[in-house]
Amino acid sequence: MRVGRAGLSALALPLAVLLLSACTPVQPWVKPYEREHLADPIMSFNANPIQSSYLTHVFEVREGARGATGSVGGGCGCN
Amino acid sequence: MDPSHSDHRRAFLRAGIVCLTLAATAATSLASTIAPGAAAPAFQLPSSANTPLALSDLKGQVVLINFWASWCGPCRQEMPILDQLYRKYKAAGFTLLGVNVEPKSVDALGFLKGTPVTFPILFDTDSQVSKLYEVSGMPSTVILDRAGKVRYIHHGYKPGEESEYLDQIRSLMRE
Amino acid sequence: MGWTRGIPARSLTATLFALAAVSRAAVLPDDRADLDWHEWQGGGVTVDGPGVLVRKKVDDSLSLSASYSVDMISSASVDVLSTASPYKETRTEGTVSADYLHGNTIYTAGYIEGHESDYIAKTGFFSISESMFGDLTTINFGYSRGWDRVGENLHQAGLVTTTWVGDADHRNWSAGLSQVLTRNVLLGVNFETAESDGSHGSLANPYRSARYVGPDGLVHTEAQVYPDTRTGNAGSVQLKYYLPWHAALDGSYRIYHDTWGILAHTLGMGYTQPISSDWTLNANVRYYRQNAATFYSDLFPYEDSQNFIARDRELAQFDDLTFGLGASWLFHPSWPHWIEKGTLNLTYDRMHIAYGDFHNYAVGGMPMGVPLYAYGANITQFFISFWY
Repeated sequence: MRVGRAGLSALALPLAVLLLSACTPVQPWVKPYEREHLADPIMSFNANPIQSSYLTHVFEVREGARGATGSVGGGCGCN
Repeated sequence: MDPSHSDHRRAFLRAGIVCLTLAATAATSLASTIAPGAAAPAFQLPSSANTPLALSDLKGQVVLINFWASWCGPCRQEMPILDQLYRKYKAAGFTLLGVNVEPKSVDALGFLKGTPVTFPILFDTDSQVSKLYEVSGMPSTVILDRAGKVRYIHHGYKPGEESEYLDQIRSLMRE
Repeated sequence: MGWTRGIPARSLTATLFALAAVSRAAVLPDDRADLDWHEWQGGGVTVDGPGVLVRKKVDDSLSLSASYSVDMISSASVDVLSTASPYKETRTEGTVSADYLHGNTIYTAGYIEGHESDYIAKTGFFSISESMFGDLTTINFGYSRGWDRVGENLHQAGLVTTTWVGDADHRNWSAGLSQVLTRNVLLGVNFETAESDGSHGSLANPYRSARYVGPDGLVHTEAQVYPDTRTGNAGSVQLKYYLPWHAALDGSYRIYHDTWGILAHTLGMGYTQPISSDWTLNANVRYYRQNAATFYSDLFPYEDSQNFIARDRELAQFDDLTFGLGASWLFHPSWPHWIEKGTLNLTYDRMHIAYGDFHNYAVGGMPMGVPLYAYGANITQFFISFWY
């Protein structure tokens, strides 16, 4: 599988985070009971997938660039 | 050796050193005051019954303290189930406290209007009790025995977990 | 007509984005169903159609999702007008996926299939998402593999025959990180690498041709010649701020660069404001700019002047600006009782695109005085969502 240099360097940041997480529990600076604003639907990266996927498709058809369009995470951090 | 390879090696080595340092410092700060066998910290909070409620008032009863918020999905899911638990065992020396962790109570009160519960709701608006009980997940449940000692701790809620609560409460009531 | 023509692969992060709904740390996405009607109208092309998405948990750790979308294309675009005649086409796309939750990790796997009369795209994808550091950080890794069958339609005497040109193979890798910075700020960072391999020019659009100046001084057309490989890298940063009066502000930037020489920048900003307990409004702006591919030219100096030749305007130098507005109404239906809540949504985007090195020959045949191509488009979407 030819990942390529670019692919490898793209993996570096999240891999580094994964490594650090595996070795120690870092104390969260935003406590679980302080996540009220982050849990609000207006703070979600992608509240309506059917809408964002359509718009992303519209741009990908007409533009040369593609990819790296979204984030997951944030939210209430429950469970 | 290709320069980029030794760069990667150095980066991973540095990450490893940071790792070990963090592990060393974390080891000293990991000691927790909320652990099975420890005395439950005392507190007093305003309640839904208009009179403040203190934990010390409940000595002699098995107490389940549930930390919840109206913005937390699993918390909302758990509330009716906790209510069932409360109504079933309150006559037998069990009580349940729902500690709401929101700085403003308006959303919590709105939720309780739609999903009323019979157990006392306490309002920890300045997060003092949440900090005291080292709440590290939403929801969090701490079960205390009749002597006021912490016996069981639960983080999060998954449907079916209430059977564990049931077993633990029953065993504490038999003591 | 290849609606998806020339697109190396459906962007992996767009796919994961579309499925993740609100991937809340160690909680599966909410059960929901969405139904939409979408329309693009601009540049002589109208594309509209319905779409549906359904997601349901089958037990505590498994969530299944399926979606289907139809695009009915009616095209009289500048490329069509200058070399052919208007046509109609239908494109369908279906996706199925599963999300499995174990501890703080969500494993996702799925399959997408898209059909047009001259293009069949099949993609399999897999990703892992893990939350850590007290759910302040979420990292995810993804991989997708696509197999396309690429063809060309020939219109002869009212009949359409499809000739299959070749295959295109796509491999995408993505990595992302989302980080809670403060109780009011979220950061997202994403990377994606896309590699495409074609054969017999399957990465090109067969309906477009290049132009060159002949020895007679007149403009002639020649076939495009594309490389059979393309590797592109994209990196983006996204920030979301919670504003104290209960509103949200977001900003994003993406950079893209590929082996065809395209360097593109995308900048976006959005503002979301609930105006009552039921109504939420949104306004956003997006700016995109790209330079031309190395082998692109609006007019080549003579026939067969380069190894690779392209005049497809998607590879030209251009920029576009899009303004969008959206309104959402939250309701709680009294029937059926198993529906928790619903929203009715309408979004409208106005996009203006201006090419720096592509001329609109559909206007007239004279090389001098032919304007640079630019057009405006209306993108509308109406959708209803239910949570149960």
